[in-house]
Amino acid sequence: MNVPNELFYAKTHEWARKEGKKVYVGITDHAQHEITDIVHVELPEVGKKFSKSQPCAVVESVKSAFDIYSPVSGTVVEVNEELLSSPEIINQSPYEKGFFFVLEIENENELKELMSAEDYKKSL
Amino acid sequence: MNKLINEIRSNRNTDRVIKCDVPLDIEMDVRYKGQKSTNIPNLSENTLLRHFTNLSRRNYALSTTFYPLGSCTMKYNPVVNEKIAAFEEFSSVHPYQSEETVQGSLEIMYELEKSLCEVSGMDNFTLQPAAGAHGEYAGLLIIAGYFKSIKEKRTKIIVPDSAHGTNPASAALAGFEIISLKSDENGIVSPENLKAVLTKDVACMMMTVPNTLGVFEKNIAEISEILHQNGSLLYYDGANLNAVMGIVKPADIGFDVMHINLHKTFATPHGGGGPGAGPVGVKAFLKDFLPVPVIVKENNKFKISFGDKKKSIGKMKAFFGNFPVLLKACAYIKALGGAGLKEASEQAVLNANYVLSSLKDKVSIPAGSVCMHEFVLSSKGHLGDGVKTLDVAKKLLDYGYYAPTIYFPLIVEEAMMIEPTETESKQVLDEFTDVLLKIIEESVSNPEILHNAPVNTYVSRLNEVEAARKPKLHW
Repeated sequence: MNVPNELFYAKTHEWARKEGKKVYVGITDHAQHEITDIVHVELPEVGKKFSKSQPCAVVESVKSAFDIYSPVSGTVVEVNEELLSSPEIINQSPYEKGFFFVLEIENENELKELMSAEDYKKSL
Repeated sequence: MNKLINEIRSNRNTDRVIKCDVPLDIEMDVRYKGQKSTNIPNLSENTLLRHFTNLSRRNYALSTTFYPLGSCTMKYNPVVNEKIAAFEEFSSVHPYQSEETVQGSLEIMYELEKSLCEVSGMDNFTLQPAAGAHGEYAGLLIIAGYFKSIKEKRTKIIVPDSAHGTNPASAALAGFEIISLKSDENGIVSPENLKAVLTKDVACMMMTVPNTLGVFEKNIAEISEILHQNGSLLYYDGANLNAVMGIVKPADIGFDVMHINLHKTFATPHGGGGPGAGPVGVKAFLKDFLPVPVIVKENNKFKISFGDKKKSIGKMKAFFGNFPVLLKACAYIKALGGAGLKEASEQAVLNANYVLSSLKDKVSIPAGSVCMHEFVLSSKGHLGDGVKTLDVAKKLLDYGYYAPTIYFPLIVEEAMMIEPTETESKQVLDEFTDVLLKIIEESVSNPEILHNAPVNTYVSRLNEVEAARKPKLHW
């Protein structure tokens, strides 16, 4: 199972990658594997604010639908619209092309409350 | 279907039309005369009959096979109820008829309401909602109306993760925010977990008892107290009332509002064979919020009353709901009586436990080895290489069974949810468990067989992912 070292992880299987004030958010390789083939995605609106652990997106596979929770608090500044027409990208590239959205983070300390790659691996 | 279309296109005139006994030589006003052919499809009766009969033969149905679809409660639908619903006295009445000419139909609905009150302990019912989720929506509108009337702003609804799957959707549609509550290690709601998420803006908690793991919520008394002390209400999803009818009344254990799926509990037809009915019951303090009209009895006459409409949430459905369904449920209740309903619940629980006991050593049972009317097994770690619960379900189709519910509830990995219902014999249950155990063995000795299943059905394994990503919505 691929768990890149440089990312932060939530218990609910989202990852967060910091780039300056921006935080990229997606779901882990483990999550996409468990969800199985993703057939539909609902993304948040740009400009919408979310607090930590608030549901902000939905993924649907032939198995079921799952909420995606915001790993940190912030405002959505970009969403990955390509996922809407090609949700399989999440299965193929969960950490790169398959990111869900980008948040402008409110409080960087919240990243420290997330798990490291090592802790996330242990939790699986 | 293609064959049928070709036959329509061939435009063969195969039906003999009975000679018209109305004179046709009257000069018709040109404004009413058709200018071109009506192009009505032209099929003989026997072609059409064969088409539909052949389609039905590809189906899996309660009338052809054991149908252990957990959570859905595919009860046997007694034929006598269909016969009663077809009586001309019921089938030819019209809702616009005057009260005095439909006294019998009104009495049936009045009696059904009283029976539902007796089974549930609630004080009043509306029979209007047309299905379970429709009932949930009605019940939540009643709760919203109640808090509006006492000028309290409550915007949230708690739904445990072991609740019936439609609850979050109904709550969202009724305008509430949903708080999902995790079950504890025994698969039930713990009072501590509830306290952690309970705030002053929680309007209600929706519970399914027994829950979707087939477990009775043993902390229900304490949960009810915690919620009511907070000013919140408790909603009972009647999806699993069929496990406790005649034994526990939801109103007695603290519930304020509930719906009953008549198709699950009182054996009216289900799914594609519906329509359904989801009557909503309330305690007396919520009576004024029920949809109108209601049927009242005055001087031994039944009347349609709109009462004081000010607080009512309005209408949920035209006229009185799905009357023939109400009629079938009423017939079922009257035929079984109080003792019979209790026995039906006991038998459903016994059947589920019998199947569970035959399987428990070969699969995992996350919620323990005793269940209510249904149980959830996990096949994780019990199947051969690369074989999933989905493959087992597909293989069951090859043996002529309708597959149980799979991958629900979400809290159990590789879940399979089995609900045998009360009307199946020991022989049917034995045959089913033998087949299921054989499939589990085959998954280890010959996994390929399962990957390729089903092979005996009209269509083989469908590509569900492609069907969802690129659906073909016409032929």
